[in-house]
Amino acid sequence: MASTESRIKVRRNGDVMQVEFVDRNILDESNIQMIRDEIAGIIDSAPNPKLIISFQGVEHLSSAALGALIAVNNQVRTRSGQLRLAHIDPQIYEVFMITRLNKLFSIHATADEAVKSLK
Amino acid sequence: MSRASTQAPDSDRLAVCNDGPSIDAAEAAVILAAERHGYTKASLFAVRLAVHEALMNGFKHGHRGLPASLPVTLSYKVKDRTIECTIEDQGPGFTPQDVPDPTLEENIERGSGRGLLLIRAYMSRVEHNTKGNRVTMVYEKPD
Repeated sequence: MASTESRIKVRRNGDVMQVEFVDRNILDESNIQMIRDEIAGIIDSAPNPKLIISFQGVEHLSSAALGALIAVNNQVRTRSGQLRLAHIDPQIYEVFMITRLNKLFSIHATADEAVKSLK
Repeated sequence: MSRASTQAPDSDRLAVCNDGPSIDAAEAAVILAAERHGYTKASLFAVRLAVHEALMNGFKHGHRGLPASLPVTLSYKVKDRTIECTIEDQGPGFTPQDVPDPTLEENIERGSGRGLLLIRAYMSRVEHNTKGNRVTMVYEKPD
C-alpha cells in the first residue's frame, strides 16, 4: 500500500551507503516512485557515490521496480559512482536473468561481498 | 473491486481500479484461490507477477490518455492444474509484435517495456485478442 513514510532504510559506513527496503513487495507504483526519489537524493549527496542496494527480505519485484533500478544505475554512473546489488532471492534473481539485467548490474550474494567489490 | 479478497472464490470477474490497494486485492484474490489448490510458492510468484504486469500494462499503456478512473477487468479461473487469467482494458489496443525486445543490447537500459516479456516467461500460454486490449494467459502447474 502506498504510504508517505519512507520505504527504505539507509545505513552509512564510511563513504559506502547501504539501502534496504522496508517492504517485502516492491510492486506499488507510488511506492516505487518514492523509493526512486529517496535514492536519487542519497546519490546526489555524495560526489562519487558508493551505493549498495540490498534486497534482503524482498519477495516480489515488478518491471517498474526494475525500471527504477536502471534509472538509479544511470544516475550513479553520471556521478562517477559505483552501484552494487546484494541479497537477491533466487526467484527474484530469475527475473533479472529473464530480462538480462543480471548482465547490466553488479550483483553479489551478500552486502559484505558487495562492499569488498567496490573500488 | 467487487468484493473483499478474503472471500476469493475459484473464479471471479473483478473491476480493478488504478490504485495500490485495489491492485493488491485483485492479485490476492487469485493467489488465495491458487493456494487452496496447492500451487507452490514458485507458481504463486509467477502468477502474481504476470497478473501484476498485465494489470499495469492495462493502466499505463492501454488507458494512456483516458480517464484515470477507468477500471481494468480481471477475470480468473483457478483449477487444480491450471490458472487462467484474462485482463481487459478499455483502451484502443496495441500490437504485441510492435513492442521492442527489452533484452536487446540497444534496449537493455530502457526504463520500461519488460512487462510483456515477464508475462510470456512465466505463463504457459499467452494470447491477445485482435484489438489488442485483452490478454488471456494460462499457467499450467508443473508436473
